Amino acid sequence: MVKPMPDANRRYQCPGCGYTYDELLGDDHEGYPPGFLFADLPDDFVCPDCAVRYKEDFNFALTP
Amino acid sequence: MTTYRIDTVDQGTVTYTDQKRWWWLLSLVNPLIPLFGIVGHWLTGSELWLLVPLGMMFIMGPAFDWLFGEDENNPPEILVPQLEQDTYYRWLTYLTVPVHYITFLAVAIWVGTHSLTWWGFIALTVALGFADGFAINTGHELGHKRTKIETWLAKIVLAVPAYGHFWIEHNRGHHRDVATPDDPASARMGESIYQFARREIPGAFHRAWMLEHERLCRKGVPVWSIHNEVLQSYMITVILQVGLIATFGWIMLPFLIIHNFFSWWVLTSANYIEHYGLLRAQQADGKYERCQPHHSWNANHKYSNLLLFHLQRHSDHHANPTRRYQSLRDFPDLPSLPSGYYGMYVVAYLPALWFKLMDSRLLALPHIKGDLRKVNINPDSLAAIQAKYGQADA
Ligand SMILES: [Zn+2]
Repeated sequence: MVKPMPDANRRYQCPGCGYTYDELLGDDHEGYPPGFLFADLPDDFVCPDCAVRYKEDFNFALTP
Repeated sequence: MTTYRIDTVDQGTVTYTDQKRWWWLLSLVNPLIPLFGIVGHWLTGSELWLLVPLGMMFIMGPAFDWLFGEDENNPPEILVPQLEQDTYYRWLTYLTVPVHYITFLAVAIWVGTHSLTWWGFIALTVALGFADGFAINTGHELGHKRTKIETWLAKIVLAVPAYGHFWIEHNRGHHRDVATPDDPASARMGESIYQFARREIPGAFHRAWMLEHERLCRKGVPVWSIHNEVLQSYMITVILQVGLIATFGWIMLPFLIIHNFFSWWVLTSANYIEHYGLLRAQQADGKYERCQPHHSWNANHKYSNLLLFHLQRHSDHHANPTRRYQSLRDFPDLPSLPSGYYGMYVVAYLPALWFKLMDSRLLALPHIKGDLRKVNINPDSLAAIQAKYGQADA
């Protein structure tokens, strides 16, 4: 079975350090599998790289 | 010396030469300080030499900070990407890792093969503890970077001070909660370093373990496994320290206990002075405002910064944690410490002096202006602080 994928390759970027959460890839180290939606990340999610910015600070960007 | 340059539309050609480029070698040789004691002892036969390393840290350190003063140098922002790409700076942090191992093993062998007086033993072991406490600083610089080699080197160097949980605790715990009452690694006004240590050391370990536990649960991996990034570093520590006991016998037990304790104490001391009393405002949604430069104490002294990979430019570090040491900046009007860390450690160990020096400095900060509601205060000291500094009504 193919994993359920979001309809587009949506990315969310930390405005402080540039860390990018890509829904297509998830974040294996943090334990979010490919296809895991940004919206489903916990409300207290902080940037895994800088821990300065919170989930609501991230900027949305479709992959060009 | 390397000069970075870039052509811009509005400012013409911008150039920057890092005057500190070669001086950064001091951070690489700083861990070797305990070896001065051993070499002196070896050459002269006098154990008095074993006192020299502590003197180099806590007498020479503050004296050189006073002598050489502060550092006005900041790289232009537009050239920071080039400065960060320059691998020379990275190699210095990589090479500091084996330097910590060399010093640790050399001192362990010296202690294991010489019958020292009790005071010679303690002076040398405590000095090594402090030197290896700064291995946490090396691990700190490496652990904030996102390349595989740097994160692995962080875990390897943190095995020397037996503080493998630091990387997780610091990056994902301390940076998230810094300058809030929730952070066991941010000191509160009125809290002495001895009270702080009892909250910080167990609190940091607990937070690291919980964070790693959550991460491994999300991944569906057992907590007690090789994937646990707290345990990875601890396994190296166990091999190292059990190996020493097996080789040199039970003398290694007091040696390692004293060494490990003082290594941890170095971190406790740094955490104590880095955010003392500073508080991020709480928003309506219960979250805290994002960490700003005025949420850390800064020391802009040349000498100690060159020994510590710019750790003391702490405000920029907390506002921009992934920035490399060579690009950290000083800003005007930051909360600033009157001396570098070596001098401030000594002050912190004398709580009456610390409170006298720091409490008025804290309340005078432009974003606080005496308003105790904007200060992170130790609950047990609240009444006494209000009585002394006014503003009983909140
Ligand atoms: Zn970030």
